[in-house]
Amino acid sequence: MAETQTMPAARPVSTRRNTTFFSRNKLVIMPLVFIAPALAMFSLFVIWPILQSISLSFTEWQGIGPKKWVGLSNYRYLFSDPVFWTSLVNNIYWLVLFLLAPVFGLLVALFLNQTVFGIRLVKSLFFFPFVVSQIVVGLVFAWFYDPAFGLLATILEPFGIEFPPILADEDWATFGIIVAGLWPQTAYCMILYLTGLNSVNPEMIEAARLDGAKGWRLLVKIVLPQLRAATFIALVVTVIGALRSFDLVAVMTEGGPYNSSNVLAYYMYDNAIFRYRMGYASAIATVLFMIMNVYIIWFLLRLWKNEKGAR
Amino acid sequence: MFPRPIQDASPRAQLLYKIALPVSLIIWLLPMIAIVATAGRSLSDLNYGNYWGVPTEWAFIENFSSVFGSSSIGNYLLNSVIITIPSIIGALFLSTLAGAGLALYKFRGRFVILALFIAGNFVPFQILMIPVRQLTLDLGIYDTYWGVILFQIAFQTGFCTFFMRNFIADLPFELVEAARAEGVSEWKILIHVIVPLVRPALAALAVLQFTFIWNDFFWPLILIQSDELRPITLGLTTLKGQYISSFNLLAAGSLIAALPPVMMFFAMQRHFIAGLTLGASKG
Repeated sequence: MAETQTMPAARPVSTRRNTTFFSRNKLVIMPLVFIAPALAMFSLFVIWPILQSISLSFTEWQGIGPKKWVGLSNYRYLFSDPVFWTSLVNNIYWLVLFLLAPVFGLLVALFLNQTVFGIRLVKSLFFFPFVVSQIVVGLVFAWFYDPAFGLLATILEPFGIEFPPILADEDWATFGIIVAGLWPQTAYCMILYLTGLNSVNPEMIEAARLDGAKGWRLLVKIVLPQLRAATFIALVVTVIGALRSFDLVAVMTEGGPYNSSNVLAYYMYDNAIFRYRMGYASAIATVLFMIMNVYIIWFLLRLWKNEKGAR
Repeated sequence: MFPRPIQDASPRAQLLYKIALPVSLIIWLLPMIAIVATAGRSLSDLNYGNYWGVPTEWAFIENFSSVFGSSSIGNYLLNSVIITIPSIIGALFLSTLAGAGLALYKFRGRFVILALFIAGNFVPFQILMIPVRQLTLDLGIYDTYWGVILFQIAFQTGFCTFFMRNFIADLPFELVEAARAEGVSEWKILIHVIVPLVRPALAALAVLQFTFIWNDFFWPLILIQSDELRPITLGLTTLKGQYISSFNLLAAGSLIAALPPVMMFFAMQRHFIAGLTLGASKG
């Protein structure tokens, strides 16, 4: 700015002389300067580790010492590992049952989308399970399920029903954990739908009502299409949440009994931390990553379409 | 409005709704109510098997002082603060810069960079776990606060950049053009034009990140070994082993762990929800 002393205020940019390389190219250089620190950190701690993990999955490594290249043998071993299959199937259970969260979330949002006294507080109270740590959620649900002194056992006792030890039961443990996970996830989806319902076009609804549409038909034909954006985000965060499930498994069952409630995320951790099978653990992580990529790419494609529409 | 306003319904339906509202709320919050009630339950109640009935006495103060006295929970809380606050500041700083870089300039490849930030944020933690652990070992920051803090800054920068970039892209671009025509440098545009305008976004991100990082369990589990450095989420699993039959103390500990993000949420609700529902109301 040194050459501004005699210049008029509204000097057109194009007549400026003595421009440096920097000032001529600042619209190219500045974004790079702005983005560089974030990109450097992100590359170091996120992008590069992904590539390293994938390459580790072709090796055998105990965490220290030399890595031995073993080609696809970790992946071949996965196929014959029953725990891997149990974990994969459990992840599918998580994925499918977690889709109840957007459904319940929508129902709760519809239930709460009123203007009565105190409704704002009720909405926040419905939402707040999402703010609580999953570790706490896991601890509470584990108490509820306890067959000796849990809440559910206590409630059912007078009716002569013996509550099964859900988390110690190979057939039920996973479902017990999923129910715990659905609690905060439903809260999350509810808030997305409440926000979506806020911006639903009231005139369209009135018009449809005048045409005689109501209840279920009105919801499906008029309201849901306008909630598309909320549904999309609810689906993405729910799917990612289901595949990421780790905390609840770690605190409620540690994958047990006999690995019956294991999921890929926890089985990977188990292999790496307790059995020092870094290569094998990386292969599990890579499989999980590939499954998630389906959803990541779906999300990015949609974003790309929106971007092209926007500018 | 959908569904139809309850005020238009019959008086009976209105009454039903007004009853259903608190009843459903109590059922929905039963797990939290259970924690609070158990945190105040006395040891003698537990010994007599009164786990869920009406407590014969309230023992909040005894239980809380007992948890603080007999465990390292105070230390765990402090560790959570030490990890969470710098992580938020770092992530907000980096992402404001990067978000401005991606929103204010048109250059080839900017969507690719944005996509990289977003995609990286969705990956399973396990694909990062072994190399990140190794990286912190190589940098000599394994089993220190810095290992977790630097990782959180880097990882959360992905989501925050996405958020900031969308927010800045929605600002009136004429402001930037006017400043450029005046010959204001790009740095000054960022500091004097953009930053004051993105304050709401920074507030939303800060509260959101606070809960994400405070509640994170996985990364301290991987990157921290010493009990003295553990944050509260990890500390709770220690307490779980320590108070194996003292549910009231474990409940008190859980309540203490849950309280800071819950208070943050209620204090900054509007910002929190604005951050979380980003894009939910757009077509």
